[in-house]
Amino acid sequence: MAAEHTIDALGQFRLSPALGPLGASVNFSQSNLMMLISGAAILWLLWAGMRPRAIVPGRLQALAEIAYTGIHSMCTDQIGHEGKRFFPFIFTLFFFVLFGNLFGLLPFSFTYTSHIAVTFGLALMVIVLVTVVALRIHGLHFFSYFFPAGAPKLLAPLIIPVEIISYLSRPVSLSIRLFANMVAGHVMFEVFASFIVMLAGIGTIGVIAAIGPLALNVALMGFELLVAFLQAYVFAILTCIYLHDAVHLH
Amino acid sequence: MTENKGHDSLPSFEDRLRAARTKQGMDTPPTQAASAGMGGNSAMGIGLRVGVELVSAMIVGVGIGWFLDRWLHTSPLMLILFVLLGGGAGVANVWRLMGPKKPLG
Repeated sequence: MAAEHTIDALGQFRLSPALGPLGASVNFSQSNLMMLISGAAILWLLWAGMRPRAIVPGRLQALAEIAYTGIHSMCTDQIGHEGKRFFPFIFTLFFFVLFGNLFGLLPFSFTYTSHIAVTFGLALMVIVLVTVVALRIHGLHFFSYFFPAGAPKLLAPLIIPVEIISYLSRPVSLSIRLFANMVAGHVMFEVFASFIVMLAGIGTIGVIAAIGPLALNVALMGFELLVAFLQAYVFAILTCIYLHDAVHLH
Repeated sequence: MTENKGHDSLPSFEDRLRAARTKQGMDTPPTQAASAGMGGNSAMGIGLRVGVELVSAMIVGVGIGWFLDRWLHTSPLMLILFVLLGGGAGVANVWRLMGPKKPLG
């Protein structure tokens, strides 16, 4: 990891081809591999969890049921009863982000949510869906969203561009929030882990002193688990709020 | 609820029915303000949220201005205009996040 006295904090985000020469020939990176793994893990959780079909669920079934009902109630609470239509989308989004964040915390793995290309792609998908839903439900009336009722007409040339930029900034803020949180967490891991190696290189005193950054990294791992859940939740709930705006318009 | 006089065990039947109906989407409940504590309500969480909102609106403003300049060959004009508008949009975002909550609906 850390070379002699240098901290390569961003090297962990470098993409490299996975699956040998075949993967290299189609630019299949370890990021794509992790996406496939987390997708498979989500499917496995639901399939294996719901296989017993017990009235009194076991641990795995309880987890699968909590996952389902949790996101379902999030949809209906935030969007209203129309939210059920968006449930598959929100569920997929939430678990794709959550498993990306969680699997990224495992050693030797890769956090695909730490790449802005991935998070911005997801956010773009959200904003296109929100716009299409709003246009389908409200038609051209949707554009009244950019000019709040009751505002003085004189201010229209100022308010409309500001509202449009504010609307367009949603995917940007959605993607930056997730990406920045993930990058910051993993950079901190790397920096403190490098401190451990560097201190251990000094000698006996260094080895004792290295307990400090090691303890910090242990605490950080707990914090990052929280962040992983929180950011996936924020991503999903903001999508729900945007969909609520699209369905109800103001 | 005069019918319920005799049945003290079922005073909540109407309530339960209403709850079940709203849950199934038969009656639309009044939608409450959708501002459940996202990103944690700690001072750091709020600060981060506000910062991200301001920066992202500014990025969009700068992006639009830059592309309009390239397209229309009006070199600094559109960038200047849209930086200002982007800053305004950022403040509008923060206001929407932090300002007094009006009931959504």
